[in-house]
Amino acid sequence: MRYVVRRLGFFVVTLWAAVTLNFLIPRLMPGNAAVAMMAKYRGRVNPQALHALEIAFGVNNHQSLLAAYVAYLGNVLRGRFGTSLTFFPDAVTHEVLQALPWTLALIGITTILAFVLGTLVGLLSAWKRGGMLDSVMPPIFVITSAFPYFWIALLSIWLFAIKLGWLPQNGGYDYTTTVGWSWTFVGDALRHSILPALTILVTSIGAWILTMRNNTISVLSEDYVRMARAKGLKPWRVMWTYAGRNAILPNLTGFAMSLGFVVSGAILVEFVFNYPGVGWMFLQSVENQDYALMQGLFLMITVTVLLAILAADAATAILDPRTRDMR
Amino acid sequence: MTDAPVSVPTLAGAGPEGAAPPAARSRSGPGANLWRAIRHNRKAMVGIALLTIFIVVSIFPGQIAPDDPQAEIFDPGRGPSWHHLLGTTAYGQDIFSQLVWGTRLSVVIAFAVGGLATGLAVLVGVSAAYLGGLGDGILSLITDVILVIPIFPLIIVIAAYQKNAGLFTLIVVLGALGWSYGARQLRSQTLSMRTRDFLMAARVRGERKLYIIFFEILPTMTSLIVAAFLGGALYAVLTAAGLQFIGLGDPNSQSWGTMLYWAENNEALGAGMPLWAIAPGVCVALLGAAFALVNYAFDEISNPALRPVRRAKQRATR
Repeated sequence: MRYVVRRLGFFVVTLWAAVTLNFLIPRLMPGNAAVAMMAKYRGRVNPQALHALEIAFGVNNHQSLLAAYVAYLGNVLRGRFGTSLTFFPDAVTHEVLQALPWTLALIGITTILAFVLGTLVGLLSAWKRGGMLDSVMPPIFVITSAFPYFWIALLSIWLFAIKLGWLPQNGGYDYTTTVGWSWTFVGDALRHSILPALTILVTSIGAWILTMRNNTISVLSEDYVRMARAKGLKPWRVMWTYAGRNAILPNLTGFAMSLGFVVSGAILVEFVFNYPGVGWMFLQSVENQDYALMQGLFLMITVTVLLAILAADAATAILDPRTRDMR
Repeated sequence: MTDAPVSVPTLAGAGPEGAAPPAARSRSGPGANLWRAIRHNRKAMVGIALLTIFIVVSIFPGQIAPDDPQAEIFDPGRGPSWHHLLGTTAYGQDIFSQLVWGTRLSVVIAFAVGGLATGLAVLVGVSAAYLGGLGDGILSLITDVILVIPIFPLIIVIAAYQKNAGLFTLIVVLGALGWSYGARQLRSQTLSMRTRDFLMAARVRGERKLYIIFFEILPTMTSLIVAAFLGGALYAVLTAAGLQFIGLGDPNSQSWGTMLYWAENNEALGAGMPLWAIAPGVCVALLGAAFALVNYAFDEISNPALRPVRRAKQRATR
């Protein structure tokens, strides 16, 4: 129980750090980009929205830094991130919530799939030491894990969409279909998600395989594995419940740490495929100097990553009784 | 490295090398052990060879590339030929020359960020373990927070306010945010060593704390420090390329990421100039792979259990 509380505490602290960074960065940057942005939009959006942005970015107001900070924290807690200028007059929150399902479906499912598949392959290859899988695989995946996601995305578009014409080049769905829960739409969305999903899968799976393989190799020399074998347990049982269960623990911690890496790759994949998710919108907002939207999305991404890490922590607590008892 | 007169055990142990017998760990050039292990590891050799090539290219681009990378003086959109090994861009620049001149920035970023991140990792990790108590608590908390905050989006936010990230900003920001994983590992390694006999001995001898940290503790953590450096360098290469690719790098500088940015803006893949987009990507991937291979090889060297099975048997019989 103390473990869970500790992790929740850490979650809150990290969230607070991210919010504070979000508050400080625009104020610390030399030359106020926010002023330039507002000059650009003046006259095009209503003065009230601009005034709200002035407060958000600390332009033209004589509020003390502390008071501004308190006001900002209050707004964040109430889910108010201001107005998007690109999608005026929509609130940032509204835009973010529209993009979120796409990203969760694409990146969420792909990441979990890559983790599960990679862990399985890693376990199997370590179990059959010196086998086909074990001797061919490590060098290959060391190399693929160093590939830039966006470049694989470019290549897969070139090969499968342009050269072979098998799959759509970009977008999340065909814009002639109507968005909704119809078979045509869902099928179409799935077809559009194949290439981006494969890109993320291919580039991220290597890391999981390698760490799981290495963990398993270390675990296999432990006494409790030898003990299990000596007891005459079936090999698959030794593999799953003795070796696998223990080897996956560091992999779960690794999951938490590599998630940031996967997310950054995924942002670029969405960008390359024009996939209408959070990452694509994030880069759109950067391009349009829509700072309110950009910062709202940054927080959104951070919160999502943190929630995934909490989930990994929960899994660790379930699999490893030591975390429940100690600490 | 091989024949340095070693009065202090600089590279002694070079990580928990179980393979080295205690006698070999003493003063008879422990660097030689490390070097032999690297030479026998094919992944390490491939990685080092790749790195050497990139470093040489980055030092002498003028001798290798025939043309000015920026000059828009050739027929645009040509395929590969003898004059233009990889063809020309839509602006009439020589792609091969751009590639060669672009190497420097990636290599500089990789080594600068790797170095900066490693320095910070050592500083924070070792001091956290050594301070203990509240100091350790605070440093560890900072480490963990930086570890989980998604760094790439954060860098994009910073770059967006700066309009674009120049070389200096890029290195400082990447270095300042990329040390946490290494720091965490170094901290736990230092903690596990605090009660070892040789440190006790040093303390009893009355050595100063700084001496103990620099000459007793750090040398035993060479492999972790090298891993922190290589990991930092790999992450810097990929992140910088990503930033430049979305147009947040310096658009006038010559780099692989910027090449990809212009290639993507001109739809090079669809417009029959695939090499414009493929070549710089291959280079990013190869440089990244070089760091990853050396890193993985170091894992194998410091943990003999991970080595390929067949060679492990040969070793046992030798």
